Amino acid sequence: MRTKVLHESEDCSFVSQIKKTKPMPVIKKEHTQTMFFNNKPKVVSGMSVAGKKESLGILGDYFDVVQDDPKWGEKSFEKGEVKFLSTSISGAIAKAGLVEKDIDLLLAGDLLNQLVSSSYVARDLKMAYLGLYSACSTLTESLAIGASLVNAGYYNTVACATCSHFATAERQYRYPLEYGCQRPPYAQWTATAAGCSIIAKDGRGPTITHATVGKVVDFGISDLNNMGAAMAPAAVDTFLTVMEDTEYGPGDFDLILTGDLGKVGSDIFRDLMRERGYELGQNYHDCGTMLYDVEQGCYSGGSGAGCSAVVFNSFVLNRLNSGKLKKVLLMATGALMSPTSSYQGDTIPAISHAVILESNYKEEN
Amino acid sequence: MSEEAIKKRNERYNKYVNTVSPKTAATKSLLKAFAIGGLTCVIGQFIADMLALAFPQMEVQMIANLTSMILVTTAIIITGFGWYDVIARQGGAGSFLPITGFANAMASASIEYKTEGLILGTSVKMFTVVGPVIVNGILWSTVAGILRYVIWVIFL
Repeated sequence: MRTKVLHESEDCSFVSQIKKTKPMPVIKKEHTQTMFFNNKPKVVSGMSVAGKKESLGILGDYFDVVQDDPKWGEKSFEKGEVKFLSTSISGAIAKAGLVEKDIDLLLAGDLLNQLVSSSYVARDLKMAYLGLYSACSTLTESLAIGASLVNAGYYNTVACATCSHFATAERQYRYPLEYGCQRPPYAQWTATAAGCSIIAKDGRGPTITHATVGKVVDFGISDLNNMGAAMAPAAVDTFLTVMEDTEYGPGDFDLILTGDLGKVGSDIFRDLMRERGYELGQNYHDCGTMLYDVEQGCYSGGSGAGCSAVVFNSFVLNRLNSGKLKKVLLMATGALMSPTSSYQGDTIPAISHAVILESNYKEEN
Repeated sequence: MSEEAIKKRNERYNKYVNTVSPKTAATKSLLKAFAIGGLTCVIGQFIADMLALAFPQMEVQMIANLTSMILVTTAIIITGFGWYDVIARQGGAGSFLPITGFANAMASASIEYKTEGLILGTSVKMFTVVGPVIVNGILWSTVAGILRYVIWVIFL
């Protein structure tokens, strides 16, 4: 069912490719980027913790905990971010009916240098811990690795958490908070949010059936404000890989969700997919555009590792658990530059990791 | 893909991104910048005139200095209350060009880095935004001074 690339010229005439393909059995070619999980690791719980601005968005009612104070009563924003992340992890553990001792491994990551938020949370929780960095695609990176470890039987219960914070991200990547600068209309707003999912061998919840590790893709964007444009090609690359490896098509998913391409980035994603022969319909959405309301003045939408985490662990998990969404493709995207590399003139490389989730909801439940 | 093919693809992609990225509404932004920048200057002039009225014997240079000090202090206080960035979001260059913008830049950095302590935080990081302003101000005024001296020597 591999569709050839039609052409790469200026006029993007497209062919509608929404065919209803039957889901193929779990076949494994040699050398795929995709992992096929035969032992069905399940997401048994998810916890979402969001800040004030996020709670005023269209998904506000779905968030488990909303904290108005960005410092969470602490002395600095960094310490507050640690609280956001630790609340999401303890909450997810409690929601799964477990205690801290039951968690074999913590996979966590965030946007800060040296992954301080995650490391300091792991210090307090005293769990076996692997720190992950892939910027805003940390959610799917953690889910992919967590699911693979549980599937292989090395660990029984894994917590996958990530977070971001507007104030700490601004300080590290951009300007002081009170500095009067204008942002271009395609800029995005870093979400103050944290999310944690517990993956276990047994339990009730949607199954992670596949995970695709992405490749780094760089189409030469150097504008730090235009993250969506920088990351869209990585999402395209991963989506094409997912379809090639699993033989699914866009029409097989009830929801295709990218992490934080934002309004501009998701339009670019649609255009790029259209150029390659795929017309994405109403089943394609982006967490960045879903997080904030248009009236909140967040330009092109939300971004940050916590953006996709909080949307997935609240709204998407809710829909998977109630059977309203049966098959979801989740592709978080991350921009892998640093301020130093940007000032030195390097362009922005990006990556996108994908996971496929299937609902286990049965009518009689 | 070859290096050339990659370069061509990136160029084409950049051109495409330029066409689909929304642009700032030029006229509206220009008018707002003009309004806010101009208003800042009008307020400054008002302060200068009030000072001249209150202290008729004061020298012009002293009045100018005092006006700058009052403007800078007001900008710092407004930054402290968190209002300056709200104004600047509309004002753009009208907010960061006048001396009030310089004050805001230094004040915002001082506030931000207070958490790392007074020495390693505030004192070190206070100049992160205004560094280029200070360096270029001193550098180019020195160059101008040297040029003026050279021209004076040559023609006299």
